[in-house]
Amino acid sequence: MSCFISKYADELAKNAAYIGTPGKGILAADESTGTIGKRLSSINVENVEDNRRALRELLFTTPGALQYLSGVILFEETLYQKTASGKPFVDVLKEGGVLPGIKVDMGTVELNGTNGETFTQGLDGLAQRCQKYYEAGARFAKWRAVLKISANEPTELAIQENANGLAMYAAICQQCGLVPIVEPEILVDGSHDIKKCAAVTERVLAACYKALNDHHVMLEGTLLKPNMVTPGSDSPKVAPEVIAEYTVRALQRTVPAAVPAIVFLSGGQSEEEATLNLNAMNKLQTKKPWSLSFSFGRALQQSTLKAWAGKEENVKKAQDAFLVRCKANSEATLGTYKGDAKISEGAAESLHVKDYKY
Amino acid sequence: MSAFVGKYAEELIKNAKYIATPGKGILAADESTGTIGKRLSSINVENIESNRQALRELLFTSPNALSCLSGVILFEETLYQKTSDGKPFVEILEENNVIPGIKVDKGTVEIAGTNGETTTQGFDSLGARCQQYYKAGARFAKWRAVLKIGPNEPSELAIQQNAQGLARYAIICQENGLVPIVEPEVLTDGPHDIKKCAAVTETVLAAVYKALNDHHVLLEGTLLKPNMVTPGSDSPKVAPEVIAQYTVTALRRTVPPAVPGIVFLSGGQSEEEATQNLDAMNKLEVLKPWTLSFSFGRALQQSTLKTWAGKKANVGKAQEAFLSRCKANSEATLGKYSRGSAGGLASESLFVKGYKY
Repeated sequence: MSCFISKYADELAKNAAYIGTPGKGILAADESTGTIGKRLSSINVENVEDNRRALRELLFTTPGALQYLSGVILFEETLYQKTASGKPFVDVLKEGGVLPGIKVDMGTVELNGTNGETFTQGLDGLAQRCQKYYEAGARFAKWRAVLKISANEPTELAIQENANGLAMYAAICQQCGLVPIVEPEILVDGSHDIKKCAAVTERVLAACYKALNDHHVMLEGTLLKPNMVTPGSDSPKVAPEVIAEYTVRALQRTVPAAVPAIVFLSGGQSEEEATLNLNAMNKLQTKKPWSLSFSFGRALQQSTLKAWAGKEENVKKAQDAFLVRCKANSEATLGTYKGDAKISEGAAESLHVKDYKY
Repeated sequence: MSAFVGKYAEELIKNAKYIATPGKGILAADESTGTIGKRLSSINVENIESNRQALRELLFTSPNALSCLSGVILFEETLYQKTSDGKPFVEILEENNVIPGIKVDKGTVEIAGTNGETTTQGFDSLGARCQQYYKAGARFAKWRAVLKIGPNEPSELAIQQNAQGLARYAIICQENGLVPIVEPEVLTDGPHDIKKCAAVTETVLAAVYKALNDHHVLLEGTLLKPNMVTPGSDSPKVAPEVIAQYTVTALRRTVPPAVPGIVFLSGGQSEEEATQNLDAMNKLEVLKPWTLSFSFGRALQQSTLKTWAGKKANVGKAQEAFLSRCKANSEATLGKYSRGSAGGLASESLFVKGYKY
């Protein structure tokens, strides 16, 4: 094969296919300590370990929610945390049929000589870290590369560096038994139209898959986490059906059928927008050899966070809100969402933050 | 879009999709004058225009054969030829819903400093030539790039040169209304095993699709003509199911779903081998977002040629032989071929070492 056959090959393919199970998707709960701090401060909650733990416990123990999830991405701290009664989160997830995943990148740094473009760090000692995470129960990983659209961006340099970084990370993960989620996020910031976003997305994804091939990555044991194709944040919005058409076409032109599933990031979309767009894609009658699902962070947690507000007595209300979003997105992966999810306070709220830094 | 959407975009998409119709495939009848000369001399027929015309007339007027075909690739001379009654070949094809295609490359030349690796010529005035061919009725084109497997081959240089060449050819075709068939043939010559062929095929196809993206080619308006993934010619043969498995895996890993159809070349395979392998691929229970069909030259014409032997009295029998192969391959595109049912001289290997077209 062109790809390197890792001793974990069968397991990787099985886990990647499982994550893409229709009706399920991923909860991205891997906010770094700094980022989760911003979330907590928005609801006036102190950023201490116990609060971070309490939030994740709220999510993972929501009755009935885990059936809608095939994976949860965790930050390193969370991988080793437990419920208040002492049960490791990893066990809670596994018992619920949910694969634990782990964020392995170490954030972005600027590329010198560019106009604020970045590449992602985290390759040093990555294999050793991945082995440790595998031992702790993780079965997939995530690495976020970031590109932006502007007059002269993304540059060929930024595209190549990020594609190469993703490919190296992916190859290392596979050697260590972790399914790599490949995430080349093109930020929504800007005044460009949807055609521009489509052109850039196609160019970036083509570069990614060339790099993955060069690095002997086994595509059957990977997942893709791309942006949806949308107008820029400063441009007029378009209907979900339009987003669906441009997004699926971009993927048809670049993502080989060997990739079992595509799990979209939500970017700055509101909870409801993200769900409606995903639903429209799954309703589209066209060639889709990979399943189309979600890997949402903010778009799954926003109303939950607001309902919780850090108070024990709000836990049930918050869990209800979380269940609503999980179920809605599960239906969206099947194209059966009717837009009737009980809209909690905050579900329609845009989550776009200009030039968002994770 | 990343893709160039010119004035012919809708037509290209429609034609590519039609060529990829399940149950149909392509007859590659585009042998250059030199190459067809070798075929004719193998049956002791003189290589003059009227004989070349007679052979193609035999094929294109075979009763019921055209219903198994969605396209025929022609050499330039043939594009302008007629039947003995004076009817242009192009009209016969069009009346029978077969799209005429045209070979536009001008053969291979060696890349200096490599171990016999090649690149393909044909760019000079390609745009203008395509326009002429479009006017004459052609709606798709073909360009053959060649790579070989050796201890140090294919080299990165050869892969890049050929991928770039295919991409540049493809966009020029699309600018002028012709659906480009992208053909990156990895030769079977060699003692390598099927895994090696698979690895090389995947590397080559990945490079080709990156180049097509770089050159803004509209994938929905293209077709791919690859080699099947097989052991080298000096290696033991394997079952059609094995060839099917490795071939489809390689394609799933590299060919974007936007490509409507994949039309295999037959290389040196016998008529029967080629049909069985294609059939096995279509029987494979795995998700295939493009149709899998044929673009066969020798593997459609070999027994027909032998049966004809250049004699008018043999035309009827030769046409029956041709119809038989067309039907067999049509069934193979649907995964419905019964082994050996097409009979005849079909099992003879057509492999020629270091084959030059």
